[in-house]
Amino acid sequence: MNLTLHVWRQKGPNDPGRFETYPATGISEHMSFLEMLDTVNEKLEAEGKEPIVFEHDCREGICGCCGFMIDGKAHGGQHKTTVCQLHMRSFKDGDELTLEPWRAQAFPVIKDLMVDRSAFDRIIQSGGYVSVRSGSPQDANAILIGKEVADRAFDAAACIGCGACVASCPNAAAMLFTGAKITHLGVLPQGAPERFRRVQAMTTQMDMEGFGYCTNHGECSAYCPKGISLDVIARMNQDLLLAQVVTRDEVRREGGE
Amino acid sequence: MILESKAPKGDIQTAWDRHKFDVKMVNPANKRKYTVIVVGTGLAGASAAASLGELGYNVLNFAFQDSARRAHSIAAQGGINAAKNYQGDGDSIYRLFYDTVKGGDFRAREENVYRLAQVSVNIIDQAVAQGVPFAREYGGLLANRSFGGALVSRTFYAQGQTGQQLLIGAYQALMRQVNDGKVKLFTRTEMLDLVIQDGHARGIITRNLVSGKVERWVADAVVLATGGYSNVFFLSTNAMGCNVTSTWRAARRGALFANPCYTQIHPTCIPVSGGYQSKLTLMSESLRNDGRVWAPKNPADGWDSSKGKVGKDPRQIPEAERDYFLERRYPTFGNLVPRDVASRAAKKACDDGQGIAYEGRGVYLDFGDAIQRLGKDAVGERYGNLFEMYERITGDSPYETPMRIYPAPHYTMGGLWVDYNLQSNVPGLFVIGEANFSDHGANRLGASALMQGLSDGYFVLPYTIGHYLAQVGPRGKSTEWDSFKQVEGEVTERTDKLMSIKGKRSVDSFHRELGLLMWEHCGMARNAKGLSLLLQEIPRIRAEFWENVSVPGTPGELNQVLERAGRVADFLEFAEMMALDALEREESCGGHFREEHQSAEGEAERDDEKFQYVAAWEFKGVGVRPELHKEALDFRYVKPSKRSYK
Amino acid sequence: MSWFMRFARSTIGMKVAMAISGLLLFGFVIGHMLGNLQVYIGPSALNHYGAALQGNQGLLWVVRLGLLAILFTHVGSSVALVLRAKAARPQGYRKWQGKVSTYASRTMRVSGPILLLFIIFHLLHLTVGTVHPDLQHCATQATGDLQCFVYQNVDAAFSLDTAGTTMAVQLGIVAFYLVAMLLLGMHLGHGAYSMFRTLGLNSPRYDKVARAFATAVAVLIVVGNCSIPLAVATGLVGAAGGH
Repeated sequence: MNLTLHVWRQKGPNDPGRFETYPATGISEHMSFLEMLDTVNEKLEAEGKEPIVFEHDCREGICGCCGFMIDGKAHGGQHKTTVCQLHMRSFKDGDELTLEPWRAQAFPVIKDLMVDRSAFDRIIQSGGYVSVRSGSPQDANAILIGKEVADRAFDAAACIGCGACVASCPNAAAMLFTGAKITHLGVLPQGAPERFRRVQAMTTQMDMEGFGYCTNHGECSAYCPKGISLDVIARMNQDLLLAQVVTRDEVRREGGE
Repeated sequence: MILESKAPKGDIQTAWDRHKFDVKMVNPANKRKYTVIVVGTGLAGASAAASLGELGYNVLNFAFQDSARRAHSIAAQGGINAAKNYQGDGDSIYRLFYDTVKGGDFRAREENVYRLAQVSVNIIDQAVAQGVPFAREYGGLLANRSFGGALVSRTFYAQGQTGQQLLIGAYQALMRQVNDGKVKLFTRTEMLDLVIQDGHARGIITRNLVSGKVERWVADAVVLATGGYSNVFFLSTNAMGCNVTSTWRAARRGALFANPCYTQIHPTCIPVSGGYQSKLTLMSESLRNDGRVWAPKNPADGWDSSKGKVGKDPRQIPEAERDYFLERRYPTFGNLVPRDVASRAAKKACDDGQGIAYEGRGVYLDFGDAIQRLGKDAVGERYGNLFEMYERITGDSPYETPMRIYPAPHYTMGGLWVDYNLQSNVPGLFVIGEANFSDHGANRLGASALMQGLSDGYFVLPYTIGHYLAQVGPRGKSTEWDSFKQVEGEVTERTDKLMSIKGKRSVDSFHRELGLLMWEHCGMARNAKGLSLLLQEIPRIRAEFWENVSVPGTPGELNQVLERAGRVADFLEFAEMMALDALEREESCGGHFREEHQSAEGEAERDDEKFQYVAAWEFKGVGVRPELHKEALDFRYVKPSKRSYK
Repeated sequence: MSWFMRFARSTIGMKVAMAISGLLLFGFVIGHMLGNLQVYIGPSALNHYGAALQGNQGLLWVVRLGLLAILFTHVGSSVALVLRAKAARPQGYRKWQGKVSTYASRTMRVSGPILLLFIIFHLLHLTVGTVHPDLQHCATQATGDLQCFVYQNVDAAFSLDTAGTTMAVQLGIVAFYLVAMLLLGMHLGHGAYSMFRTLGLNSPRYDKVARAFATAVAVLIVVGNCSIPLAVATGLVGAAGGH
């Protein structure tokens, strides 16, 4: 099949950027979306033109590298699918597709469809962990954790940090991402001691990064390739409210107010 | 060169404890005077960087991805082994040790393997303490499953995403150290060379992948945790960015590369669907617990390349015309034979013309019987998410029609040679995780890769690196040393050369050409003729690469083609050493199958008399035959025996 | 800065302020509607209700100022948050497609300002009387009782043949009320559901119930509030019903 691509091209953060149109010809329905772009890029390279830059690595939907908007839908919008796992059989001959990078103040464009998501790392740095040293903690079975709790933690921990939640949110909020980590660690007994400190530090960092806020549209969860539930945001809100009541010490982030 | 394993003598069960006591310790107040470079943020790299930071060292940690959470450890599905014996089914440290040595076909160092088995129990404790959500039973205890044909249930798992969850645990520990300022993390930064000063590894040269800036980094020790080299085959289950560059650059600077021919092929991957294919996807081995592998008896029912499809819909092929070749050849183990055996059997069926996928490379994995026996719901419960993944990629539902599978490279047991302290022959250069050669021998057991990466990073390296640092003491550090200037000059020169060729062929076309040849002649089965051919072909491809590769853009910006070109250039040098190792090892062992060395029934034949050693190769120049150094292997506990799965 | 101010200025803090003020306004809307529905009982009931409210000026003003403060919090935090969302995505998409967000959720920022305009209009219409053809304020009778004319005022407000105005103007006013009430329903429907989540009060178990409850109350408010101008305009209530 043959398609027409309108692709956002931007040399760097200071370039205003523009859409450019490329034909994608001789595409097999068995190709993944990224393999389709590989084909386009090989042609560009052969013509001595710069290929379209996009982030990718594992190409099996788990590393979280890939992701951009296809016709205004994060990862192309297929249920629980990253763009590397999206296959061309979901498209038809003659389709015109618009490819845009994730757009958010906190995700500056590096080049073309590649954005800088280091804000996510800084949110985790602010408290998205259990403070435990490598060494000899107690036996793994010493603390019993019911299956329901373990499953709930897992469901939240399945986040791959791709940024589709921010990209699809009308407010460019990172609350699904932040809430997922707060829920993952907060429901487990191992994460309980730092539960309130964590939620305060992480949400402060989230605000400092310039993300928006949640108005409960639910787009983040709908476009999340791992189907992280919107409930993690409610859990985060609840924890932050509780933290205002039960904590004694102030939790501040450097640079935060 | 004499290769000293430095493994403690005497009783193996107390060896590691004795060793930990015997090693020199760094005074806690002095730790901040040391800087350690860790390259890579996978399970081994992240866990090592975090642990070293916790101990008080200054750590410089590098990753080529945009975040430390992206490393390919994340893609491991099945689980992680640990000798916890939580199931009370007779598991023990000794049994895990025994299984690993035997599974590695008696080509691993016993002391290393024993330590790995010992430390395995700590890994689970550590991961649980970090909040890794392993599967649990309703009563709250950790769940286990049996994996890869093991006789005990010792595999811990988190659905089909165990690697992801363990990596995120290590990543979080690392982020904590970054927050504390003990680890400085540099993402989108690729190591391009190793700097050796006065015979010790003292630094690296990197390229910032966004700005293109080449930078020098000095430290007291360098740790490589840069993974394996399966992408030498172009198509593998590894991530697109996985490469041999760091380890190969270290090899070029004098580190020995051990057993490069030991590669593991995973039998249940989704077959190639066309020439555009960029990578392969692995489907968990657990599928073979209920799926039956077969190929049509009549080649006419198989792949018809003129039509680009199979001759007959598999559902129309009657039972009598199906060849359940694993069940036929291995009546006892049937579909559950080890990875290498299953892979070779599938290859043989395809070589005999029975293949059923693109270019005749694929066999069926059929759940028809299982669905009839257990019901669709029960099968869905066990494999539902795998079936979904398969359908997403192929468009076919395994509930309706048999899956198509074919083996694919996914792990490399070979790597830089290291001693018991995980230090290479270059003082101050440590190698951990898949990047080293140490623990798996010629074949790796399922669910053991995660175990080894974390064992090295959390529990072994943090002790053994102190031994080295305490011996050398705090030293002056400068990136102005001539060694840095010289190596940086060489790196820049090489980049400029790649940019200046301005040829006609794309980087990928060279990679694909090399990969196909390697897969054909140095893949599942190897023979002297094919390997000799490789040794002629690789230099030819390499020569053409350096004359005709096209790298558009400039080096001073984000340039993904340049990144790939550098990696492919290294594969083109490394592949030659790999083929040579395979040619010289005239026996079949583990993942290395030499067609000349098989029994009448087609089973692998090891030659312990001649080849019970580690082959550690010393680089002598591009196109120059590397020098072989041998580390003899001594089996004091597990006596070599022949594997049989009949 | 105190912990409270820091919390109040965080995005979640502002959302909480919006949720709590929204909850209070929601309560007011329900109370206000229930009071107004007395129009169906008859003039004396509604007028007595009016007199009871007006009779205690002190309390009335406390409530009014309280409502104003709540409204100010609600509007203020929403303005701050909308500005924040703009800043969070300075460059928009050429294309954007929603998957699950509702029309109501996406139009909160449109329905909100229109409702604010409506509130101002409504106050000028039926409280101050600036835009009312003939508003009669409460007056103390010779007996000392307070006499209010809420019923008559409502009648005049929505009747199509009121003296001193034209039918077109009256139709316009009725239409504006109806549109505003529809928007209010949408605003409350999403707002109430969103409030549960913002305050972390939801649970997967009764999430559907919460959503259904929010929708049901919103529908009741729309129906109840719309019925009054419609009833008056069509003559079901008012002069025909007996002055």
